Amino acid sequence: MALLDLANPSRFLTLAARLLPWLAAVTIVLLAAGLYLSATAPDDYQQGATVKIMFIHVPNAWLSMFVWGIMSVASLGTLVWRHPLADVAAKAAAPIGASFTFLALVTGSLWGRPMWGTYWEWDARLTSVLILFLMYLGLIALWRAVEDPSRAARAAAVLTLVGAINLPIIKFSVDWWNTLHQPASVMRMGGSTLDKAFLIPLLAMAIAFSFLFVTLHVAAMRNEILRRRVRSLQMQQARAFVSEVSAGTSAPTQIIGAA
Amino acid sequence: MTALGALIRRDIRIALRVGGGALIGVLFFLTVVVLMPFAVGPDLALLTRLGPAILWLGALLASLLTLDRLFTADHDDGSLDLIVMSRTPLELACAAKAFAHWLAAGLPLVIATPVLGLLLNLDVTATGAVALTLLAGTPALTFIGMIGAGLAVTLHRGGLLLAVLVLPLSIPVLIFGVAASQAAISGPLSFGGPFSILCALSLVSLVIGPFAAAASLRHGLD
Repeated sequence: MALLDLANPSRFLTLAARLLPWLAAVTIVLLAAGLYLSATAPDDYQQGATVKIMFIHVPNAWLSMFVWGIMSVASLGTLVWRHPLADVAAKAAAPIGASFTFLALVTGSLWGRPMWGTYWEWDARLTSVLILFLMYLGLIALWRAVEDPSRAARAAAVLTLVGAINLPIIKFSVDWWNTLHQPASVMRMGGSTLDKAFLIPLLAMAIAFSFLFVTLHVAAMRNEILRRRVRSLQMQQARAFVSEVSAGTSAPTQIIGAA
Repeated sequence: MTALGALIRRDIRIALRVGGGALIGVLFFLTVVVLMPFAVGPDLALLTRLGPAILWLGALLASLLTLDRLFTADHDDGSLDLIVMSRTPLELACAAKAFAHWLAAGLPLVIATPVLGLLLNLDVTATGAVALTLLAGTPALTFIGMIGAGLAVTLHRGGLLLAVLVLPLSIPVLIFGVAASQAAISGPLSFGGPFSILCALSLVSLVIGPFAAAASLRHGLD
């Protein structure tokens, strides 16, 4: 029922206006706490202080995939239920997801510099995140290629869902390709063997980044709704102007007079 | 069934006729392979080593370039609307169109491979392996590309946008196609493993492609 209520963009706008300050405040508090915990976390015995890049890198990498999941759900909303806000949500999420993916790549390569001695290694994880980034950019290009938002929404929804099916396949293929081509010398993070001293700051940062995403997403959705309203107002104005001009017999002089 | 057969026959006939442009893909494939020695040097040993990769990249790009024609011509003359409105399920019609497109534009690439293998100094086993992997892999390229073609025709945009959307999705096919060829030529791996995954990718795209393309046509055309 709540989801149906939100189908009214005006109602969503009032809700967003009420929620946004709170969301922003919670995000700031959580980010501050997470950054404090990360700063006070001990150095790794092998990697030294560079291990702290992890506290930024991992939440970004996690969100880069999570955002595609959000977009897939929104795309289902567009194609199946024709929920009016679903395509707004999908469109607003794409640039945010692309930013998280880009940050994951940048922090990953900065982390790789001291660890691997090079900024870029065709490591399986980095490579599949790079492909994810390319897919985000393609999706944004698709959104930007078409003027009519509802038409672009349906095309983008199909592409998002195809991407959601394909992403695990791509991930699997890249992992396979990587083990084929690379000796097992690549340093890997021990996932489950992570010490508690690192795990707690990491979880704090993950929650903080998730709230950051929610805040940015709601704000971006609000902006997108407003942008569409401005666009339809502009079109109305243009239509009114055209009909005014064509109604008046001395159209050219009117235009000159207006100018 | 007869409707689908008629659709396939019609598409092949149009593609092979003057103005159809299916065989331009083969010409492009040839040109890309000929360009390679100019980029990496005429060292035959190096070309032999890169051979499968060059052939696969060439075939990937060639099949991508011809994809634009999958729906646009039918959209321009209005027959796409008839196909969408006909009683044949749109998914099946899409699959038939893609199959016809593969017969007209994908299969010639496979047939041309032995000739191009000579240029790259590939021996019989290597050429056979590349041709076999292309035979198994090009349907996947066509059926994945059909999704992009469906999106592009509903948006009235083609060309670069289509390439940008489709290429990341075809990375797995490229990985396993080249890996299977390399395995047959030199690799420690057996040919069967990557080749079976390549076939699996083709089968998966055979399922996903028609549904996604039909969805984009159904939602996008007006």
